[in-house]
Amino acid sequence: MRPRLPTAASRYLKVGIFLLLAAAVERAAVLAGAGFLLTQLTMSAYYTLVALGLSLLMGYAGQISLGHAGFFAIGGYTSAALTTWDLSAHKGEALVALLSRAGVLATRPGIYGGDVLLVHPWVAFLCAVALAGVVAFAVGIPVLKLRGHYLAMATLGVGTILSSIAVGSEALGAADGISGVPPFELVPGVLRVAGNAPVRIANYYVAFGLVALAVLLLQNLVQSRVGRALRAIHGAEDAARAMGVDVARYKLGTFVVSAVLAAVAGSLLTHFNAGIGPSEVSIMKSVRYVAIVAVGGMGSLWGALAASLGLNFLSLRGYFGSLDDAVFGAILIVVMLFAPAGILSLDVRGAAAAIARRVRPARAEERAPEDREGDGGVPVLRGEAGEEGGR
Amino acid sequence: MTGDLFLQFVIAGLTYGAIYAVVGIGFNIIYGATGIINFAQGEFVMLGGMIAVTLHTVLPTPLAIAGAVVVTMAVGALLEMTLIRWLTSPSALRMIIITIGASILVREAALLAWGNQVRALPYFTGNEVTSIAIGGARVSPQVIWTVGACAAMVALVTVFFQWTMLGRQMRACAVNRVAASLCGLPTRNLVTLSFALSAGMGALAGCVVSPITYTRYDIGTGLAIKGFTVAILGGLGNSLAAVVAGLVLGVVEAFTISLLPAAYKDAVSIAVLLGILFVRPSGLFGEKEATRA
Repeated sequence: MRPRLPTAASRYLKVGIFLLLAAAVERAAVLAGAGFLLTQLTMSAYYTLVALGLSLLMGYAGQISLGHAGFFAIGGYTSAALTTWDLSAHKGEALVALLSRAGVLATRPGIYGGDVLLVHPWVAFLCAVALAGVVAFAVGIPVLKLRGHYLAMATLGVGTILSSIAVGSEALGAADGISGVPPFELVPGVLRVAGNAPVRIANYYVAFGLVALAVLLLQNLVQSRVGRALRAIHGAEDAARAMGVDVARYKLGTFVVSAVLAAVAGSLLTHFNAGIGPSEVSIMKSVRYVAIVAVGGMGSLWGALAASLGLNFLSLRGYFGSLDDAVFGAILIVVMLFAPAGILSLDVRGAAAAIARRVRPARAEERAPEDREGDGGVPVLRGEAGEEGGR
Repeated sequence: MTGDLFLQFVIAGLTYGAIYAVVGIGFNIIYGATGIINFAQGEFVMLGGMIAVTLHTVLPTPLAIAGAVVVTMAVGALLEMTLIRWLTSPSALRMIIITIGASILVREAALLAWGNQVRALPYFTGNEVTSIAIGGARVSPQVIWTVGACAAMVALVTVFFQWTMLGRQMRACAVNRVAASLCGLPTRNLVTLSFALSAGMGALAGCVVSPITYTRYDIGTGLAIKGFTVAILGGLGNSLAAVVAGLVLGVVEAFTISLLPAAYKDAVSIAVLLGILFVRPSGLFGEKEATRA
């Protein structure tokens, strides 16, 4: 399936409509007295940033990542560790004094009285995002040379290592994670990222604004020269290379962009939730992001956005109960079996016709078993790129 | 480290290594027949252990194990028939995601059925404290059972693929599926059989090791990564090399535990996997290109 190329005007229009819809949902929720729903919607919006980045990576660069929760967690844990690390005991030391003068540190009243000296959230945020970018860059160089199963297993391995670092490190709170992360003063005194009720609506708009911004940037990216190069890589890597596309550089760039988006989400959501735990870095979380992108349709940013907001909201509200993980597993299977290009691509009449076609030769097979492999039903050999070219 | 302690670690490593080797061979069998890396491979080991523990409440141990192997084989065949058999030309990405989905569903079903406690079969001979002296090391008889069962499985599978008609047919199917079907082989059924065989091997391994390592609903992913590491180390498709690689990985891991915190045990073997993928993707013994999707 070739994605249709929207014009610049329609891209901005769509983002505008999205923001209007978001505003309508906010008004409706508040007027209906269900303002508490905005909290889960805000969280869903942050997870959506991860899904958008992964959609770019999977849909446009054709690279699977089973470790994207790791980048989210790098963002979240870095922010959490830096903004909860009380430096007041080291106040006299030259380095701390220097950082303090440079405006990197912030004081706030501690819970036991007295002031604590912490790294300013903005600084922590920039560190978090930079660290995720650097890790993605370093990991991406070797990993992205791999394809298919090897790429999947390698990213799964990276995700598992990040997960065992989070669970195994006392400094990161081991199995408990880090709690007590302070609010993030985006604009001091005006706007802060925190989860308490008075700032709920503002935070909702911060999160959805970021999602809209991310969609806009990514859409512009995929309509640009970079996007055309990525689509060429996805379609036929060797052909793209032959045309002079620097395949390795584009793949790596996409990987880093998606990791940075995940880290932004991780950092902000950690401030919003006032903490982060090792479940955010689990493999199951990474698999969920893949499931969401699969539902939305690989290479469809709007599809990923819709799927992420919907599924995350339902999951966070607890609609799936103890079957939460099972639901995502089932979604993966069903979508990949019946609609590998995403549910928006489902053509019901076409599917019915396809099933009918499949049933009829099967009946013929019963009559003439000796030539059942002789028709179009010959299974395609291993190693062949499939119809989505997902290698 | 004294010689005795050294030997003790080596034996511990060989026990785990034998299991990794069996899981790795399971990967190889399915990969050979279909070109699919089955991410649900570790779940077969878990299912084998769990089902055997349940059956053991009413049946004697050997029957419980046999039952568990048969049921797990059926599960493996069923997975293939429902999720894979009817897809024409699935891409690698699609198969990865489908088998991951399958592993999640099996795991969640196991969580619902058995809860999240660890379970274990009783020791086949003796009990927790029975031990045999080998050199200067004390070894549980269950270790002998595990290593012996895995060795027997490897031997049987080798004989099966080398000398039986069915095994030769499966190899033909692995080499060239179109040519095999042109020769009249029921290639689709052979693929189903490869899933059943692979599942059965995993299940038996899960049963024999269950008294030592215990079984929990979520042990599958870790085993799948280890098994894949072993399959890659040996070069995909090379089962004897997978055995060597499995034993090596097991021993390396055993020594890691003696040096580093246990939480890093998995990280070390994954680092081995990543190193191999980056440096020599065709495996230590293989020649094939790993970049093939």
